[in-house]
Formats: sequence, structure tokens, C-alpha cells
Amino acid sequence: MNAAAKQLTGLRDWVDERFPLVQLWNDHMGQYYAPKNFNFWYYFGVLSIVVLALQILTGIWLTMNYKPDAELAFASVEYIMRDVEWGWLIRYLHSTGASAFFVVVYLHMFRALLYGSYQKPRELLWVLGMFTYLALMAEAFLGYLLPWGQMSFWGAQVIVSLFGAIPFVGETLSLWIRGDFVVSDITLNRFFSLHVIAVPLAIVGLVFLHIIALHEVGSNNPDGVEIKKTKGPDGKPLDGIPFHPYYTVKDFVGVIVFLIVFAGVVFFAPEFGGWFLEANNFIPANPLVTPDHIVPLWYFTPFYAILRAVPDKLMGVLLMGAATNILFLLPWLDRSPVKSIRYRGPIFKSALTLFVISFISLGYLGTQNPTNVLTWMARGFSVIYFGFFLLMPFYSKMDSTKPVPDRVTDK
Amino acid sequence: MIDNPVDVGRRRFLTGTTVVIGGLGAAVASVPFISSFQPSARAKAIGAPVSVDIGKIEPGQRITQKWRGQPVWIVRRTAVMLDTLKALDGDTLRDPGSEESEQPGYATNAWRSTKEEYLVLVGLCTHLGCSPSFIPEAGGETMGNDWVGGFFCPCHGSKFDLAGRVYKGFPAPKNLIVPPYRFETDTRVVIGEDEGGAA
Repeated sequence: MNAAAKQLTGLRDWVDERFPLVQLWNDHMGQYYAPKNFNFWYYFGVLSIVVLALQILTGIWLTMNYKPDAELAFASVEYIMRDVEWGWLIRYLHSTGASAFFVVVYLHMFRALLYGSYQKPRELLWVLGMFTYLALMAEAFLGYLLPWGQMSFWGAQVIVSLFGAIPFVGETLSLWIRGDFVVSDITLNRFFSLHVIAVPLAIVGLVFLHIIALHEVGSNNPDGVEIKKTKGPDGKPLDGIPFHPYYTVKDFVGVIVFLIVFAGVVFFAPEFGGWFLEANNFIPANPLVTPDHIVPLWYFTPFYAILRAVPDKLMGVLLMGAATNILFLLPWLDRSPVKSIRYRGPIFKSALTLFVISFISLGYLGTQNPTNVLTWMARGFSVIYFGFFLLMPFYSKMDSTKPVPDRVTDK
Repeated sequence: MIDNPVDVGRRRFLTGTTVVIGGLGAAVASVPFISSFQPSARAKAIGAPVSVDIGKIEPGQRITQKWRGQPVWIVRRTAVMLDTLKALDGDTLRDPGSEESEQPGYATNAWRSTKEEYLVLVGLCTHLGCSPSFIPEAGGETMGNDWVGGFFCPCHGSKFDLAGRVYKGFPAPKNLIVPPYRFETDTRVVIGEDEGGAA
């Protein structure tokens, strides 16, 4: 061992006597055993952490030039885009990052649906993830007001008014959230505070808890087999491999591929045809005129379509809230004895297919003007959406299953 | 000091009292943080009444004025427009008599205003607060042949007649709000204040 390496080891030992460095590394990386059969779907967890880091980094830089003031906000965003050195890139990274965050999180959640990753013993892991998802929705909503364009303003006006539908306290609650009779400078300033400090702190904390819970129960896998049940003489799971170096290397490749695609969007299609940055948001907020066609960004449109499909204000708001919160109950709605879709029967497979079709269709309908036909379609898909969850205790129990192997397969 | 038995009762007492006192303190300390979200004194002051010149409004025209940051519309209705209101009733409107809607007592009538000619409304949909479009012309491709003129909310499709009364079958639960107002002179109206004082 040469002198430099000796010094480095010495430093590590010095730290280790004062902080459990080696133990932390081994518990979560070097000797954290993950199933050896992870596939493509297992990239999206690490990708959401990459996007979170990117959002925090670019967010800090945007805050250096952004002005949370109704008179100055819109112009300060244009200033970032035109005059600040590389400001356009940092802003496009942040705006594209917001949509990318939802892409990877939705795929990450779909993975859990495919392989039953929310089932016992991972209920709490799922619930923590759901809280993170709700915090992410709040973060996206708060951040969308900041450019102070027409969509920012009227989107916030509509969403805050949703709370007004609650009987008795609703109007007071909306006033309390806005701090004014309409969305105003006061609202903008507090949304800025919540967007840059409160909610990001909550998200980071929840992600930390999510990972601690994951490493306690261990990762699920495409076969839904518990690898901890079959251990070798050394006490390590036979179907497990250390996270480092096996999955760190695999994830590195995934991250690079993701970043290539991501950079392609940032450089060549940052507005993504109006899906990531809406045309109406390039017009400064005008509290007197609503744009002819207002839609939320794509990641909220499935829920927005459900809201619009209901002809009653309170029921619409309640069903929209239920559509997101019903996911919390998934671990207890699913009564199937098997986890993975590989060993489930035709009923679950059809139900999941219908669910995906209805979720995507609702997302599309939420971006369209509500005509009679489209409203009825949205009603139909809303019924399928809720049916997937509410009928799950019955169909998941009566569905046929295939025998689950004791060990993971090579597929 | 060798046999020093644990005084469980004392520990329980200390824990109990500190939890109660600390809990009360936390509850009281949360008041300023929650109250700080309320509209500030300045936000309330900006809600003062505004005086508007209505002498230059053409028949059938609408003007928009800002009051408390909200759009307030003043529409000068023609005799034809007022006639459309009579043809509408409980078959098509959700609340034709404005019994469950918000308006001052002097505007609780068939035309929802003090002077028939002038309609004063808060221009925000009672559903989720978008500002509806003013579409006074009857018929038309987008609104359909049975449209007699009124307001249409682009966000969630609610329709209102030329008195701000909501049509049945759309998400808005109530008629558009009439703010308190009074005529200062024949050509000047004050919004946000009536004979009873400021709103």
C-alpha cells in the first residue's frame, strides 16, 4: 500500500471512530442485498432521485434572479430567459424537470402496480411514497403560479376555489390560502415561500423515510418472490446481489440514457408542443380576463377530467380528491395471494389494462374543451377508474393464479 | 447512592404536566402562524369602494372595473335583452328567483338590479372562479340556436343569462354574485358601498 492510500485509510478510520461511515455504506450500498432479477421498470426510483436533485439545484439558481412580486415576476422570468448568462438553460432544465419528475414517478408507481410492490410487508413503504406523490403535486401546483402568466393565475384561482366547495368553512379557507379576495401579490409571495422552502423540505424528508423503509423490508422484484426466505450458509439471500457495485453500475447506465433523452427535450423541444409550457402562460397574468381555454399541465389532467365530469360542485371536488387518495388504500384493497402480474390471472390483467386506458384517456379528455360527448366519455372512464379500486377486493380474490416459484426466475 | 429507587410517580407527574403545559403553549404559539395567512390590513384596505362613470356605456355594452382585485361588470341592457329574461324560468334556470344566490336585497328581483337597465355583477363564476365571457348575441355556432345571450364560462362550461342567473345542468351552483352598489348620480355608480354603508 502506498503512502497516499495509507493516509486515506487513516482518514476513513479517523472518521469512523466518530461517525458510523463504513456501517452506513454497508447497510445501504455495499452489503444491501437487492434481488438479482431487476428489470427495466426498476430504473424509475433512482431516476426520480436524480430529477429531485436536478430540481433542487436548478431551483436554487433560479431563485437568485426570480422576483416573487406580482409587478416583477413575469418580467424577471423573461430576464432569466434573455439576459442572465445560461439562464434559459437553467429555467428549461427546471420546467422540463417538473414534467420529467411526473413521468418517472408515474412509471415508478405503475411498476408497483405490475409487481404488487405495495403488498405486505411493503404497505408503509407505499404509503410513504404516496405522501411524497401528494407533496410533489403540491410542489408543482405552487411552482406553476410563479411565472405569473395567464395560466399560472387562472390555474391557481381554480385550484384554490376548489377548497371553497367544502361546506361552511370553504370560503373562509380559500380566503385564508390566498390571503386576499383573489389570487394576488400576497398569494404569489407565499406560494414562493412554500415552493422553495416548505414543500421541498417535506419531499426530501419523505424520500429519506421511503428509502429507510425500503431498506428495512427489502426490494420486491418482478417475480414477487421474497428473497429473504432463501438464504445461503453465509446468511445472505441466494437471489440477492449487493447494491454496490451491481446496481450502482446498472443505474448509472440508466441515468445516462435518461439524461440523453432529457437533454434532447431541453434543447430541442422545451415547450413540448404546449404540454410542458403552455402558450397562454407567455401572456402576463390578467385578473380581469380568463383565457378561452384553460387546462392544467398534463400530469393533473386525469383528475381534472374527473372534476369536470361531475355536474355538482361539491361532488366533483370530493371525487377528484378521492381519485388521488384512493391509491393510499391499495395495499388493503388487493386480496390476491400473489404479488407479481406474472402469476396473476386474466381478471387482474384485464382490470389493470382497463385502468391504464382510462387513466390515459382521462388525461387526454382533461386537456380538451368539454363537449357533451367528451363529458360522457369522461364519466365512463371515471367509473372504470374507481371501479378498478373499489372492485379490487372481489376480483383480486376470485382471480385464478399460477404457482409462484420459490426462487426468482431468469426472465 | 447505591439503592436509589426510581420514583416512577414523580417521573409520570413531570411528564404529564410538561406535556399539558407544553401542548397548551404549542397550541397558543400556532395562532400567530395560522393567523398570518389571513388577509393583511393592507389587503383589506385595497378593498375600498370604487366610483365608476357609466354615462358613456352604449346600450348592450359591458364595461369591466376592478374592485377588490376582482372584475366587476356593468352591463347596460337593451329592452330586447331584458325581454329574454322574462322567457326564462325554473325549467331552464337553477335559481330563477335568486333565493339561494348572493345579492343585496335591492337586487333580489327578476332583473337582479336596482335600475332594470344597468346590471352590476362580480365577473367570477360561482363554480371555481374563472371569469366568464360576455356573449350577448343570440344563437351562433358555438353557443347553439337556443342561446338567448348571456355569459359563458370557458373553464367548465357553465352558462348564465343576462341577469347572471345560472342555467341548469352546469357545474356552477349559484347565480353570479351582485356586489353592493349605489347610484351616486344618474351617470355614476359606486361599487362596494350602498345606502347601508361600505361592504
